[in-house]
Amino acid sequence: MSAEQQVKFYQTGTFTVGNRLLDPSKRTVQASIDRRNALTSGHRACQGCGEALGARYVLDAAMRATGGRLVAVNATGCLEVFSTPYPESAWQVAWLHSLFGNAAAVASGVAAALRVKGSDVRVIAQGGDGGTMDIGFGCLSGMFERNDDVLYVCYDNEAYMNTGVQRSSATPAAARTSTTPALGDEPGNSFGTGKNLPALAMAHGIPYVATASVADLHDLEGKVERAMAIHGARYLHVHVPCPLGWGSDPARTIQIARLAVESGLFPLFEASCGEVVRATPIRRRAKVDEYLRLQTRFAHLFDGTPRSAEALARIQALADRNVSRFGLAPRETEHHSP
Amino acid sequence: MNKPFAITLDPASSRLNHTGAWRVRRPIYVDRLSPCDHACPAGERPQAWLAHAEEGDYRAAWDELVRHNPIPAVMGRACYHPCETACNRGKLDAAVSIHAVERFLGDLAIREHWRLPNAGPETGKRVLVIGGGPSGLSAAYHLALAGHAVTLREAAPALGGMMRYGIPRYRLPRDVLDAEIARVVEMGVRVETGARVSDAARAKAEGGFDACFAAIGAHLANRVEIPAADATRILEATSLLHDVEDGRAAARIGRRVAVYGGGNTAIDAARTVKRLGAEEAWIVYRRTRAHMPAHDFEVREAMAEGVEMRWLSTVQRVEPGHIVVERMEIDTDGKARPTGKLETLDADTVVLAVGQNVDISAVQVPGVHIVDGVVAVNAQMMTGHSGLFAGGDMVPCERTIAVAVGHGEKAARNIDAWMRSTTCESAAEPEVAGFESLNPWYYGDADPAVQPTLDAVRRRTTFDEVHGGLDEEHALLEARRCLSCGHCFECDNCYGMCPDNAIVKLGPGRGFRIDLDYCKGCGICSSECPCGAIAMVDEDA
Repeated sequence: MSAEQQVKFYQTGTFTVGNRLLDPSKRTVQASIDRRNALTSGHRACQGCGEALGARYVLDAAMRATGGRLVAVNATGCLEVFSTPYPESAWQVAWLHSLFGNAAAVASGVAAALRVKGSDVRVIAQGGDGGTMDIGFGCLSGMFERNDDVLYVCYDNEAYMNTGVQRSSATPAAARTSTTPALGDEPGNSFGTGKNLPALAMAHGIPYVATASVADLHDLEGKVERAMAIHGARYLHVHVPCPLGWGSDPARTIQIARLAVESGLFPLFEASCGEVVRATPIRRRAKVDEYLRLQTRFAHLFDGTPRSAEALARIQALADRNVSRFGLAPRETEHHSP
Repeated sequence: MNKPFAITLDPASSRLNHTGAWRVRRPIYVDRLSPCDHACPAGERPQAWLAHAEEGDYRAAWDELVRHNPIPAVMGRACYHPCETACNRGKLDAAVSIHAVERFLGDLAIREHWRLPNAGPETGKRVLVIGGGPSGLSAAYHLALAGHAVTLREAAPALGGMMRYGIPRYRLPRDVLDAEIARVVEMGVRVETGARVSDAARAKAEGGFDACFAAIGAHLANRVEIPAADATRILEATSLLHDVEDGRAAARIGRRVAVYGGGNTAIDAARTVKRLGAEEAWIVYRRTRAHMPAHDFEVREAMAEGVEMRWLSTVQRVEPGHIVVERMEIDTDGKARPTGKLETLDADTVVLAVGQNVDISAVQVPGVHIVDGVVAVNAQMMTGHSGLFAGGDMVPCERTIAVAVGHGEKAARNIDAWMRSTTCESAAEPEVAGFESLNPWYYGDADPAVQPTLDAVRRRTTFDEVHGGLDEEHALLEARRCLSCGHCFECDNCYGMCPDNAIVKLGPGRGFRIDLDYCKGCGICSSECPCGAIAMVDEDA
């Protein structure tokens, strides 16, 4: 069990962002009154944006881990567009944007330049699932195989949201996007398509690969901290709900991220040099229906037809497979004496 | 002018962009009323003192507790805790054992000799309190806090009322009662025991008091006529319990005792006679267990101590060496109906516990209305006789210690206002934080702490206290099970989960502020607030 999960008593334990009853060393970066706010107010992300939250979580934690000695390289995408409409920027961290598909390559170059200059400044590259998994995948694979000293963070909102919700290779089965309409015999995105980037990253044998969710802050910050303690190519895949693209209530962003984890659809784990070394057990197991029902991109699955029932069963089977594969089943008891 | 190639604008922060303009709803911090606070008849705010206790600041917790209730060690033992029935945690796993923490704090205060706050600056007003039970003591305490000179007159030789002469020692040890009473008296209350008041209005006038609060309780036992060959074998529960306190009862009861009634007094009487050495103790009740007014846990405890239950039975007559009971049945309207079937019960004594009445003689003064045997009071707790207030068991209410203590405080506030020729405005209560207002996912799982219980053999033979208290470790854990319903406990969820950094953290104990320049009104803060302390309201058009 990871350190950030040990404290579960004290009213809310480590389930909440902070807890006045906890030792300060066990509180999150986000609970700190003087956190960096690497992505500050005034950005143009939609109401309830999971990506804005995820980026601040990751970069604030990385700023703490590096003592503020950090450069962030950004791929094109929502995160770049909403944060930096020229000449304003919401970034309170050294930040560099080039193209949609080359963030990993630029970051490799920045890291190489800093090494040549003898600098201890660390490098993070970040992008959405489109820039990472589709357009930038070649550059990313190169960064991985060269083991360049970069932490690459993918904020996965499961489609091209900025340009109008087009399908990406991260779009889940049955999801409606503007290019996978809920029409025909197999409405929404086809089953059996897409790719599993954390698994591909692991296949490169890089020192650190992890998944994280905006719904589990203690877990996420712990992973950033461990990633920044390692040199070489590292990959962090963060699940970030998108109210606009997913058709969900902006107020439910965290709840939906949590249900993705608790249903088993988005497993939280860490891998070292190609091997899964740790998985975060689910606290309370949820059915995939609970997760899907809150998003209009899956609304067609709830029309009561046998076809939809079958699709739901297939999605449930995907979740169940993750649970058994990563050993995510809730622990028998988590009750505590003082 | 000296800009690099192709750069025409000065770089700036996104903070120039006030995204708050997008908002159609705004979050506001609210203090909703915790269900426990709402439910407490004594006016306690359990959530408020649990919040101190969960930080380990027991003194602050006790100080908050005694703002309303001066006898927490008593209350933590003898109250039937409606707060726990209302507790939202009951819908998660089990209600917070509020009474056990209250008792821990009360016992700690006694052990540490903590004192109640000093009496307020003297006002020169004098108030007569008649009756030294929970209501009279509470009134005396709150009147003294307000600076009034209080004279407390009690008919019995010692203060305490039903806490002393009704609740058996195994539920409320007398050293605890004495310590909490002494603390109220220490504030400068003038106590006159053995001083029965026969006419409240005259006593007030003759003593030159500005106001009078009557809380004489309901000590008169109801009678039911039961044909009996030997009337000495029929006792009343209230006088039995009173005599036990005076050490006089053992000789009067027989060896096989039938207690007639289904309320808490019947249970107290049955458990008491068991302890006094009765070989058999039955409770004879005309309806079923489900109908019994007695609390279920007390019925269970009585049965564990060997008290036997005769449901659906009435005492028909008492004959030498046994009693005749008639079987009852519940008809379709849910009423108990005699069947004519008779049985004998091998009992040599019958204890009647069929309700109590108020001895109204002391308040039969001009203006006072007696309705159904109790004294009518207005919303300010005043009777129809100007300056004569009344509370506790003698006015229409549920007869519990908590209600009595609540009446004492309420009457004290109104007496204070009345003597200053003003009225006491009670602020409108905020809405109750129901379970649906919470986001319970965030609360850690924790089973309730269990109070130690005396073994059954000793419970049958001694008046030792049945339930022990929690030690500090468990009291702290129990306090930390509180969900803090409706009250921010600074978990930082709103601060940490705002995608727009629009929540400003003000520091420990100071909470948060919403920066409306940037709040887009997404509502994540409200949804993810564990305790329902953030509401979303529409922006005015």
